[in-house]
Amino acid sequence: MAAVGAEVRAAARPEHESVAARVVRIATRAPVHLVLVAVGLLWLIPTLGLFLTSIMPADRFDTAGWWKVIAHPSLATWQNYDRLFSNSGITHSLLTTLYIAIGGTVLPILVGALAGYAFAWLDFPGRDWLFVVVIGLLVVPLQMALIPIFSLYNSVGIFDTVLSLILFHTAFGLPFAIFLLRNFFIGIPKDILESARIDGSSELRIFLRLILPLGLPAIASLAIFQFLWTWNDLLVALTFGRDTRPITVAIFNQLTEFGSNIEIIAPAAFVSLAIPLVVFFAFQRYFVQGLLAGSVK
Amino acid sequence: MTAAPPVQEAPPAAPGVLRRHAVTLVFLAPAIFFLGLWIVYPTVRTIIRSFFDRKGDKFVWFDNYKSIFTSDFIVTAIKNNAIWIGVVPALVTAIGLIFAVLTERVSWAVAFKTVVFMPMAISLFAAGVIWRVMYQKEPGRGAVNAGIAVVADGINPPGALSDALPSTASLTGSPATGLTLQRPVHPGQTVALGLTGIPPEQVPGSAKQAAAPKPVGNGIAGVVWRDFKPGGGTPGKVEPGEVGLPGVKVVLRDAQGKSAGSATADDTGRFAFTDLKPGDYRVAIGASTFRKPFGGVSWLGPKLITPALILAYIWVWAGFAMVVIAAGLAAIPRDVLEAARTDGATEWQTFRRVTVPLLAPVLSVVFITMVINVLKVFDIVLSVAPGSVQDDANVIALAMWRTAFGGVNDFGLGSALAVFLLVLVIPVLALNVRRFRREL
Repeated sequence: MAAVGAEVRAAARPEHESVAARVVRIATRAPVHLVLVAVGLLWLIPTLGLFLTSIMPADRFDTAGWWKVIAHPSLATWQNYDRLFSNSGITHSLLTTLYIAIGGTVLPILVGALAGYAFAWLDFPGRDWLFVVVIGLLVVPLQMALIPIFSLYNSVGIFDTVLSLILFHTAFGLPFAIFLLRNFFIGIPKDILESARIDGSSELRIFLRLILPLGLPAIASLAIFQFLWTWNDLLVALTFGRDTRPITVAIFNQLTEFGSNIEIIAPAAFVSLAIPLVVFFAFQRYFVQGLLAGSVK
Repeated sequence: MTAAPPVQEAPPAAPGVLRRHAVTLVFLAPAIFFLGLWIVYPTVRTIIRSFFDRKGDKFVWFDNYKSIFTSDFIVTAIKNNAIWIGVVPALVTAIGLIFAVLTERVSWAVAFKTVVFMPMAISLFAAGVIWRVMYQKEPGRGAVNAGIAVVADGINPPGALSDALPSTASLTGSPATGLTLQRPVHPGQTVALGLTGIPPEQVPGSAKQAAAPKPVGNGIAGVVWRDFKPGGGTPGKVEPGEVGLPGVKVVLRDAQGKSAGSATADDTGRFAFTDLKPGDYRVAIGASTFRKPFGGVSWLGPKLITPALILAYIWVWAGFAMVVIAAGLAAIPRDVLEAARTDGATEWQTFRRVTVPLLAPVLSVVFITMVINVLKVFDIVLSVAPGSVQDDANVIALAMWRTAFGGVNDFGLGSALAVFLLVLVIPVLALNVRRFRREL
């Protein structure tokens, strides 16, 4: 992620400096280093705290803070995780969340890429006007849809299913997907497209053979966003998936007994955030690119 | 809006045009289906629904909108959301700017940014669980209060005996103000200060069997001890099995109430004041002996819940602001900054007069993004705030959900709240649309 700007900064540093100059430079920046180290710790500690809480025996939560585990590693135990994964309800919730997140990622990308291509490279009346509508939809709060879709799902009979959640996430992921992909596709050199068209390729063929491969970086960014968004969702899941029970709803159901259920809540919450973290660390670069494309634009 | 369409080489013949439009439709139809059915249609429905009563049978004009401003539960939500909007976007942008500028000066910026950015990947809901653990009230298990306790107990050390009480009525006062022996004493006399209610782990390790005080000629001697042994014992009497309380500070006051000295009890609990002038004296154990350790700030209580939520929320979003601003910072031409420095501007002047103005567009994007995010804040309130304080922590999005789905099941008022949210984001919507129309 922070590849952004790293080169510039490296270039700004003088290449040849005397030892004395170097000492001065480091000394004057010592406070900056200290502040950043402190801030970094501040940002790490809470997540570490949840992890250590999750490996503490349940009966210790009332009496001992999680930091005691650092001094007494013998306190640590995997029994909470053993119990969590042998609990079919939680493993089922994790799998359900995975299905929703995959469906809710693939579908909006597919639909969004098709539309993004149309907005970027197909000429049709009202194109700009329609794109402005899409941009408008970007900020419509999803609360606007909850009540009518609740009724719609009930009358169609798909209320509280994995499908109903995927469809909802698809729709609300679309404005951003179309926006991001259209902006990326429009940057693809025109010559490439024109020569393919002159060769007689159909638009669908161009889309599949040219645009999708060339658009892969943007698609990757979008995929990560969409995956995290659907995986992390609580509001939609709580409204349409009370019994489908994705992981956030499963944890939510335990929250009323926070103190006594901590041995379920802490490991479940940690697992639920470990998966997005893995995705984040694996694809950091794309994540930040998507973020920048989506906001700085 | 008038930009030339990028592609136009297809033949203008009518069948070709039709074919082209058919192809376009194939590309657009799925998106139109989803956007139309899940966003546009519900938006219209919700607006209409907001003018009907809870069951949807009766047209009630603006009654639901009136309820927004008259129902306590929603008014609290609006007030809280106003605090959120007033505080969070500005703070997140400022913190992001500070972090972005500071990281420019260190070689391990990547590591720092990764750490601060990490919470962005996890759900606000899970982040809420993290902070619920951090905010536990007892300093023994809530890390935030544990941190404060280190400082608070350092400045104001807790007393040796925070839970002690007098064993007989001869000592008056309370642990909060200090305990004073009721009867005046004269030099040559002895005093016995019995305390109970001391848990075994608070008894100092060096404590020995308490010993009755020996009178001193022109002084006052005494004993301060744990007037309790397994099985009870007689209050007010030093008995075998009862231990002294070493380290307790005993103060002596003269008849005018002025301090006439202090003494510390030894391992057997004995202490003595010597070389006293004749007269009436009072013996007391100061309040500092009984000072309780820091008990913890009630972050999850009704008063502090919104600030606590805001802190957790900033923890999540600061990384976003930092990364976006850092990218903007990297795009500032170096020579502009160099020119300012060559002209004799200090670091601060360069920052204030050159960097910040050049960054203004990026800062405003971050700020606006945060305004929208904060308007919709929901998950973190549900996971951090215990059920009993959720009314105090309420925000508009949560009020909407609870009204429509959380037991009240009032779709009319719920719809009105959703529309209220939409109205609040319309300025941002208009801003976005305007910006993009300019670009098209």
